[in-house]
Amino acid sequence: MSTDRLLDFDEVATRYEPVIGLETHVELGTASKMFCGCSTTFGAEPNTQTCPVCLGLPGSLPVANEAAVAATIKIGLALGSEIASWCRFARKNYFYPDIPKGFQTSQYDEPLCVGGHLDVVVDGETHRVEIERVHLEEDTGKNLHVGGSTGRIHGADHSLVDYNRAGIPLVEIVTKPVPGAGLKAPEVARAYVTELREIVQALGVSDVRMEQGSLRCDVNISLNPVRAAEWGTRTETKNVNSLRSVERAVRYEMRRQAVVLDEGGRIVQETRHFHEDTGSTSSGRSKEEATDYRYFPEPDLVPIAADAAWIEELRAGLPELPAARRERLQQEWGISGTEMQWLANAGALGLVEQTVAAGATPGDARKWWLGDLARRANEAGSELAELAVTPAQVAELAGLVEAGTINDKLARQVLDSVLAGRGGPADVVAAQGLAVLGESDELVAAVEAAIAGAPDIVAKVQSGKVQALGALVGAVMKTTRGTADAATVKRMLEERVLSS
Amino acid sequence: MSTSPDLTALDVNALTALLSAGEVSAVEVTRAHLDRIAADDATLGAYLHVDGNAALAAAAAVDEARAGGAALGPLAGVPVALKDVVVTEGVPTTSGSKILEGWRPPYDATVAERLKSAGTVLLGKTNMDEFAMGSSTENSAYRVTRNPWDPDRIPGGSSGGSSAAVAGHLAPWAIGTDTGGSIRQPAAVTGLVGHKPTYGSVSRYGLIAFSSSLDQAGPMARTVLDAAVLHEAIGGYDRRDSTSIDVPLPRLADAARAGATGDLAGLRIGVVTELGGEGHSDGYEPGVLARFGEALEVLAGLGAEIVPVSCPTFDLALAAYYLIAPSEASSNLARFDGVRFGLRVGDDGSHDLDEVMALTREQGFGPEVKRRIILGTYALSSGYYEAYYGQAQKVRTLISREFAAAFDRTDGAGVDVLVSPTTPTVAFPIGSRVDDPIAMYAADLCTLPASLAGVPAISVPCGLSEGLPVGLQVMAPGLADDRCYRVAAALEAAQDAARGHRLLDELPARTTA
Repeated sequence: MSTDRLLDFDEVATRYEPVIGLETHVELGTASKMFCGCSTTFGAEPNTQTCPVCLGLPGSLPVANEAAVAATIKIGLALGSEIASWCRFARKNYFYPDIPKGFQTSQYDEPLCVGGHLDVVVDGETHRVEIERVHLEEDTGKNLHVGGSTGRIHGADHSLVDYNRAGIPLVEIVTKPVPGAGLKAPEVARAYVTELREIVQALGVSDVRMEQGSLRCDVNISLNPVRAAEWGTRTETKNVNSLRSVERAVRYEMRRQAVVLDEGGRIVQETRHFHEDTGSTSSGRSKEEATDYRYFPEPDLVPIAADAAWIEELRAGLPELPAARRERLQQEWGISGTEMQWLANAGALGLVEQTVAAGATPGDARKWWLGDLARRANEAGSELAELAVTPAQVAELAGLVEAGTINDKLARQVLDSVLAGRGGPADVVAAQGLAVLGESDELVAAVEAAIAGAPDIVAKVQSGKVQALGALVGAVMKTTRGTADAATVKRMLEERVLSS
Repeated sequence: MSTSPDLTALDVNALTALLSAGEVSAVEVTRAHLDRIAADDATLGAYLHVDGNAALAAAAAVDEARAGGAALGPLAGVPVALKDVVVTEGVPTTSGSKILEGWRPPYDATVAERLKSAGTVLLGKTNMDEFAMGSSTENSAYRVTRNPWDPDRIPGGSSGGSSAAVAGHLAPWAIGTDTGGSIRQPAAVTGLVGHKPTYGSVSRYGLIAFSSSLDQAGPMARTVLDAAVLHEAIGGYDRRDSTSIDVPLPRLADAARAGATGDLAGLRIGVVTELGGEGHSDGYEPGVLARFGEALEVLAGLGAEIVPVSCPTFDLALAAYYLIAPSEASSNLARFDGVRFGLRVGDDGSHDLDEVMALTREQGFGPEVKRRIILGTYALSSGYYEAYYGQAQKVRTLISREFAAAFDRTDGAGVDVLVSPTTPTVAFPIGSRVDDPIAMYAADLCTLPASLAGVPAISVPCGLSEGLPVGLQVMAPGLADDRCYRVAAALEAAQDAARGHRLLDELPARTTA
């Protein structure tokens, strides 16, 4: 439970300017681990994907995975980084049970990729996020704390460690500090991670599924008084594992830090944990008393010397990157830059593209993903892509509306059922008899009953008050419990009342 | 059968001849060694683990295969001892430390695997200084090992179990590992041949790491030829070790045979001034320098040209080594935290995670290991890294350059090999240096430069001083291990001929006297 007092968000910007920075970890989708041949498949029985190397058994030695090096270089190339012609791994020494060797094999002052940038657009304004470095390391195992109520180490009876994840290649992308975003900082942070995820996805080097932890963020935030010469002290919020959380974490820290500073307090440079349930952060270990990692070059591995020819081969093999793709799709779909940015920031671009590919019009696809589905994702606190509906099903739904089989109102009902796992749209329509009534006997009977039951309205319409027809349409819709198509009903009524 | 030779006194070259001719069986050879171990090891303390039944079963399998007409390699049925730093599947492996007591590894080191597939028979695992840190084997957490030449003296270290076993006839040969001299120094003080290969030419996969950039496994044997043959059996590229060099080994046994013909004409041998030479003889025993000088005369008599070579940076080797090796060790030994294998102390619910790790390491590691972990941790600390670890690496580079300059033969200058005494003294008495780490570290003075530069170096016996063996070290350029064997074999053959018998043959005569 958080007891932090928070300043109203809009008020933060009247007195403070935020500086944000992001460290993003991407688990690569290589078939084998970073330094051994073990499989990287997610979700296997604990400790079944291990060997002497990734368990750190005495005597074992690492051998670097070339595919992981190539994937890291691709990410660097996509971000415009400079690729090091010679670099080394380093040991980051610290004790924790999820670190089998007592050190993590990482990179320190000699990263594989240096520099670069990523432009993100928020509300029509471009923010350039400078990249500090992209480096390659190995993931840790996973701790499971058993017996406590919280799943955290405090209060647990005992802890278990699963080393299946230990040694999975991990790319860390570190930004330079990003000042100047002001009130937009939370959205800029989210837009950056969204864009980065799109890039990594386009490169095909990771499945970047935040819910499975294959993309994880640490968010650095500091506040300084408006126009101050120096930046403030930063906190590093860990465990930020969804796009929405990135935005919430930045927003929360801005509001929390503002209160501390308002009261003349001092921000402690520390690690903070983000809590999905409350959207709050809480203090972790203080960086001021942090471990000295005693980095030194890893003597068990030889340096990586990526030659120019290999780098050019990798560059030539890069796919169309998201920015170029957006430009192309914007033209193909005939939409504005702002509309395109909405799609991208909502993480809906790929979904819309797949929906169009499955047969929907670009307009319908956008309408569904940015409308009803976005609202439902927001209510559920999840990402669009996590909704239990596929682009093909959305296209099918749009097709049913287009064909007049169902109307918009029914379509939403159908969508509910699809999301509830009751099958595809056409199956739901068939199973639940939700199809719009054509000029069926049932509808003809309902129309004629409505006319017969309201001679006064019929007279009004016939005397020229055509809008009175609406009451008859309403009556028919009521009788048919909304399964009729309103336009069809109106046309049938006109044919019968006005032509006689 | 009464006239049959003492199988434990033979060198491997003789054993393989008997085995392949069918004159003795692998079981007979193995049993002879097991009997000797049963008789003498309580006194000698060479082994930490012996499984006689497993050894006899492996030997019987070789005999059966031979009887069935299978094509066997030349080493099939030859017993071997492994230093306990070599990981062996299902066989206890402790690295001389309490922290690994009871651990049975689930895999074989490449060295162990290659010896197994060559058909050799594992006699057991030999004692060593804990995590290979020491020069006397007194840092073993388990037992004291005695020098077969004088039971009150150390057998050298850290591969002292291997040296004692081979010199004491408890194994025909053995594997040691050398980080700063741990093969060469124990070989020298027990009258054996011990070779530290070029860094990267023998796989480190499955050697429990002490200092990754220095560790190398190598042969310890009674003759230069045996050492060369054992080296060939374990050496060569291994894709599981990233630092393994992907080039074929030179022909080592051939080099040993060539050297034994006694022709060193045209060879230039450099004598390192800084290792016991003019103005640098402090700490070197006169007897050691005398035997070394006589050996140089023998080599000159075989046609070699002997020249002095000054390598001033070698004076810095000890300081650089005692920063680099402990730094790497402090990190390599971090995995011994009681979480996944070996000892765990304090896991009774009354201690938290950090305390369990601390208690495990407190009780599991001995004083020398702790000393080096602390030293290395300090040297790598932020703010001290450049002054200590960084500076030591620069010294290392200078030492490598000095070797390269010495071995540069363009324009007829330079030398083919460098030589020095292997150790400044003969085996010292047990207990005499344990409380003085600096005096203990000085035992490796001559062996450290080659370790830091990654170049090959061999120790070969060159006589006795005060009744104890003295070793001569031959250092060669990287990948030119064959030169070490050639020069060592030449010296060995000439001295054996002059003496009329092998130096080691004087040992049993003395112990039974």
